[in-house]
Amino acid sequence: MSERRNGEVLLSVDKISLAFGGVRALEGVSFDVLEGEIRAIIGPNGAGKSSMLNVINGFYHPQEGSITFKGKTRKQMRPHFVASSGVARTFQNIALFKGMSTLDNIMTGRNTKMKRGILWQALHYGPARNEEIENRGHVEKVIDFLEIQSIRKTPVGRLPYGMQKRVELGRALAAEPELLLLDEPMAGMNVEEKEDMCRFVLDVNEEFGTTIALIEHDMGVVMDISDRVVVLDYGKKIADGTPDEVRANQDVVDAYLGVAHD
Amino acid sequence: MFYREAGQFKDSYESDQAIFPVAQDRWFVFGVVIAAFALVPFFIGDYWTNAVLLPLLAYSLAALGLNILTGYCGQVSLGTGGFLAVGAYTTFKLVTAFPELNFILVVLFSGATTAAVGVVFGLPSLRIKGFYLAVATLAAQFFLVWMFNKVEWFFNYSPTGQITMPPVELFGVLITGPRAPSAAKYLFCLGVVAVAAYAAKNIVRSRIGRAWMAIRDMDIAAELIGIRPLMTKLSAFAVSSFYIGMAGSLYFGVWLGSAEPIEAFGIEQSFLVLFMIIVGGLGSILGSFLGAAFMVLLPIVLKNFMVDGLSMAVVTAKHVEIMSLGMLIVFFLIVEPHGLARLWQIAKEKLRLWPFPH
Ligand SMILES: Nc1ncnc2c1ncn2[C@@H]1O[C@H](COP(=O)(O)OP(=O)(O)OP(=O)(O)O)[C@@H](O)[C@H]1O
Ligand SMILES: [Mg+2]
Repeated sequence: MSERRNGEVLLSVDKISLAFGGVRALEGVSFDVLEGEIRAIIGPNGAGKSSMLNVINGFYHPQEGSITFKGKTRKQMRPHFVASSGVARTFQNIALFKGMSTLDNIMTGRNTKMKRGILWQALHYGPARNEEIENRGHVEKVIDFLEIQSIRKTPVGRLPYGMQKRVELGRALAAEPELLLLDEPMAGMNVEEKEDMCRFVLDVNEEFGTTIALIEHDMGVVMDISDRVVVLDYGKKIADGTPDEVRANQDVVDAYLGVAHD
Repeated sequence: MFYREAGQFKDSYESDQAIFPVAQDRWFVFGVVIAAFALVPFFIGDYWTNAVLLPLLAYSLAALGLNILTGYCGQVSLGTGGFLAVGAYTTFKLVTAFPELNFILVVLFSGATTAAVGVVFGLPSLRIKGFYLAVATLAAQFFLVWMFNKVEWFFNYSPTGQITMPPVELFGVLITGPRAPSAAKYLFCLGVVAVAAYAAKNIVRSRIGRAWMAIRDMDIAAELIGIRPLMTKLSAFAVSSFYIGMAGSLYFGVWLGSAEPIEAFGIEQSFLVLFMIIVGGLGSILGSFLGAAFMVLLPIVLKNFMVDGLSMAVVTAKHVEIMSLGMLIVFFLIVEPHGLARLWQIAKEKLRLWPFPH
């Protein structure tokens, strides 16, 4: 799979440093994501992986460094801007809207695509109604793709964990993102659920050409599906390359075996 | 007839998005609305109108408004009394300054003024949540009531400090003041409430409603998928206050007829409407109506039962009423946070399976 080559640079982060008080979550991390690839971010617990995604979608603002997305370089991102310019994500700890149905949760993913004002919505007539129906059509396609037709109307709080992860992916897909950020999409799943999720990730990448950056702890999965891998440890990048290159890297082996830092 | 969903297949998203996707629900609600408009006016007397129907309609509208803010958007408010007052005083100033103005416009304008005030007092919600926001809205409550009590311009310098509603006609029929026929008052309020409820239902099932619920359920995730917290919260404050302002207009203009700020718009009103949505069901349009009906009828039923039935002293009966209310609130908060609306839904689910329980 790593033979397949990809397009231009879609996103690059340059010398990103982020600290919370005394805790240095990221120190001078740089890497890029090419159009159409599956890019994995791995590393031991607390390495700064989730923080990196939060920097990319504007939830954390780094003290140093810059982010270039689709050719524009910025010091920091803003969540609303990021979401409306084509980046969607899922979260390490499921962040669904518990009181809403599967359908409504996924519909929120299309929020930035809907424009009609409150008066039209109050009338539920004309443009607002057409907009609602049109977007509902997109959402139904996502529902079919993820094979979750039967839980369409179920409040997500009542769904089992694996299903919730799937709905969360659906919410991200509904936004038709160019770049999809997945934070441990397979964590806590059984083998069967993991296989399903892997298949969805690969299908999204192949069928829709969506670029994917994913954090994952399961090495087997990472080696199987990703084109390139970046490895973080204690907030620093320690390796970057194809799965095979990374696997052969001595620093990576040490980091995972917990060899003491000098 | 059976209450059944089976066999009713939806062949378009449009029909699936209908307000009442199950045909029996549709007919039931249709029947209630027809009866409310076409039958009830022939049977009501002054007592029923003033003691039950008008307060029920005014409070339903206020509960609807608060439910939008608290039930759908998750922002607690104790400022309802103050916002009712903004609606009421806007109505009073308008009808006394422009007696010719169509009363429907007066009600809408009262809503709009209150929406503007609500947005101002909603600004802190970007920074503070839950308990602290409740305290901030409490400040709005006290400030507004104080202002309407102190600034004489608001009550046209009347020596008593009260505001009194002049008689107003709509399409040639008197709808306010003591000489207005009960049926006219009732029908006017019913019309306003029906349109408002329909609009509210539409809003909560569209983009803005979903954004409100997303902010309520997990504001950080909502922000990261592109929902703007400030805009969303302020829109909830605006729509909610718009509804409460219109409710204030009906409450003072049509129902009470005259009002004095501390009595009519005090903190008790804020709590009363909050209890209505807790008992009726947070995040439910139907619940707003059920809660208002419950809280309006409970004192009447209890009083009839205890004072007339058991010949209890009026004071004792009042104590018992307050105690049972307290227990009910605790019950709903702990056992059924989705209130009467949820109990109604459970009953329907049981009915759907009947007579085969599995
Ligand atoms: N909001 C925050 N406030 C303070 N410290 C934080 C915050 N977010 C992350 N950190 C710290 O930054 C470091 C990196 O955390 P991060 O969540 O990015 O790690 P991770 O690589 O995703 O780990 P895991 O595999 O456990 O998910 C940790 O030491 C963490 O405690
Ligand atoms: Mg993490």
